[in-house]
Amino acid sequence: MITEGHFGEYGGRFVPEALIGALEELEAAHYAAQKDPAFIAELAELHRTYTGRPSIITEAKRFAEHAGGARIFLKREDLNHTGSHKINNVLGQALLTKRMGKKRIIAETGAGQHGVASATAAALMGLDCVVYMGEEDTRRQALNVARMKLLGAQVVPVTSGSKTLKDAINEAMRDWVTNVADTHYMLGTVAGPHPFPTMVRDFHKIIGDEAREQMLALTGKLPDAVLACVGGGSNAIGIFNAFIPDADVRLIGLEAGGDGVETGRHAATITGGSPGVLHGTRSYVLQDKNGQTVESHSISAGLDYPGVGPEHAYLHDIGRAEYRAINDDAAMAAFELLCKTEGIIPAIETAHALAGALDIGKELGPHANLLINLSGRGDKDVQTAAEYFGIPL
Amino acid sequence: MTQLDAVMAKVRAENRAALIAYIPAGFPSQDGCAKAIKVLADAGVDAIEIGFPYSDPVMDGPVIQEAADISLKGGTQAADVFAALKVASDTGVAAVVMTYWNPIARYGVEKFAQSIADNGGSGVITPDLTIEESDEWIAATKKSGINPIYVVAPSTKDERLKGVTAKTGGFVYAASMMGVTGTRSTVASSASELVARVRTVTDLPISVGLGVSTREQAKSLAAYADGVIVGSAFIKLLLDAPSEQAGLDAISNLAKELALGVREGR
Repeated sequence: MITEGHFGEYGGRFVPEALIGALEELEAAHYAAQKDPAFIAELAELHRTYTGRPSIITEAKRFAEHAGGARIFLKREDLNHTGSHKINNVLGQALLTKRMGKKRIIAETGAGQHGVASATAAALMGLDCVVYMGEEDTRRQALNVARMKLLGAQVVPVTSGSKTLKDAINEAMRDWVTNVADTHYMLGTVAGPHPFPTMVRDFHKIIGDEAREQMLALTGKLPDAVLACVGGGSNAIGIFNAFIPDADVRLIGLEAGGDGVETGRHAATITGGSPGVLHGTRSYVLQDKNGQTVESHSISAGLDYPGVGPEHAYLHDIGRAEYRAINDDAAMAAFELLCKTEGIIPAIETAHALAGALDIGKELGPHANLLINLSGRGDKDVQTAAEYFGIPL
Repeated sequence: MTQLDAVMAKVRAENRAALIAYIPAGFPSQDGCAKAIKVLADAGVDAIEIGFPYSDPVMDGPVIQEAADISLKGGTQAADVFAALKVASDTGVAAVVMTYWNPIARYGVEKFAQSIADNGGSGVITPDLTIEESDEWIAATKKSGINPIYVVAPSTKDERLKGVTAKTGGFVYAASMMGVTGTRSTVASSASELVARVRTVTDLPISVGLGVSTREQAKSLAAYADGVIVGSAFIKLLLDAPSEQAGLDAISNLAKELALGVREGR
């Protein structure tokens, strides 16, 4: 029975009955592990010796000159092993997989970051790994496909529907319905049926826990605003969570505005969507009047998703967090600016948060401190960026 | 009492299983769907499930996904689903709708249930609606007098079977195996085990679906189940046929074979 798993009217479980047993098993395993000192110690040791935690904070002084004089601090999740925040979640879920006695993991991936992280965790812990990836994304993110294969994972291109992240999740769920007895679905974001939104948040909240202490040590106070990009929303929840009780700290999620929310070609689910059910959870969804999911559009494969985690829907509705859309062009301008002012190539996903910081900094003025989750590095995006900026390869 | 309740009582009195066919609204076309429904009813089908196609059908294999794509590209909307439902119920068979939750929620839960009743429908099968999320739906189906039909799976534990079947009306939809829709060469032994477990918790009729495509399979299921559900096998015939008429002839022949199968199991 579901005893938890709702965020206001959002969340819950909308899944075939075949999966209920596995979700209940996972829920029980997660709650037990969260209270088990041995599990907590094992994960902490992995983070210290394998992930490279705690991740550092870098003050972006030259970048901040373009943001109205505000101070800008970057939480460097891009320096984690595998190059993004995604490793936090997969190491936790891989340990749970072993505890449940399962031998095989499946995962979906959009940009490839979660797929690479899943393949990495599987290699480390001796698990079989199959990654579902939209055919369109295997083309956009060919480098990450090769990385997953080098790590021993099988990558299955998904040719149904829009051939992107949404359809990769559909295919992963079909695999899970069929093979649930020996397979764990390592969902990569804070969406999906309960317990995923809660569990994935719990594995990422270390980002905000560290950053809150680091900001207090660095500046003697809490930041005025915390910013993160939002696709499914895992890196954003990870950094927001510790600051939710701090009512004076603004929490700002930057969604993918694509060509502009007004054009209909975007992936800004909260800004431009409406409440509905997708992939097992009730949240905001990009949908038409018949409840059919509408295809999303973004230059960033990792944000190109027509759903969003239910906790974000809730934080939006109660007014605790705000969500804005950043268009492709604004994100790419911020991408280039960070490269040239700080010597850091961010993921295009992350560039949406950076673009948001340029606006928010100007709105808040020169005395503001902004904390940004630099959720991933941009090595995987070099080809996309080169095409965008007309750099010959 | 719905038409579906009456049909399930009738087949029980005849000591046989019901034959239940699935076809998505708007497939192979709006007009073709209406023709297919009439052909199936003429061939001896006892009940018809009209699919309301959905963009993200996680319980469906490639055959039904393809049919749903064709239907959605043809612009199928809720009104087309209700029209197909009316065609089916007008033939005298029991007619239900099968769809994922979001199209129902988007249309309006109470309005959807009432539209089912208004078009002669007996109930709705909701494969991704869990009983925990069902309060509004159960209230709406009661108000409109239709059957809420839930799916149970081989992995559903006994205690949960009690909870799910307590909310169910018409029949319990027993998934024969762990997996998505699509034809299989054999029906898994998990089907008979699941039906036996469901029998211990409810007196409702139990229909088995997933993977059924032949008279032999229908016969073996009819030995212990109250209904046999066939979907992908009909759709594959319509997809593969060189012409619409050839497709209709093919599903007619298969339905007649299956109708024999559900009568020879006991």
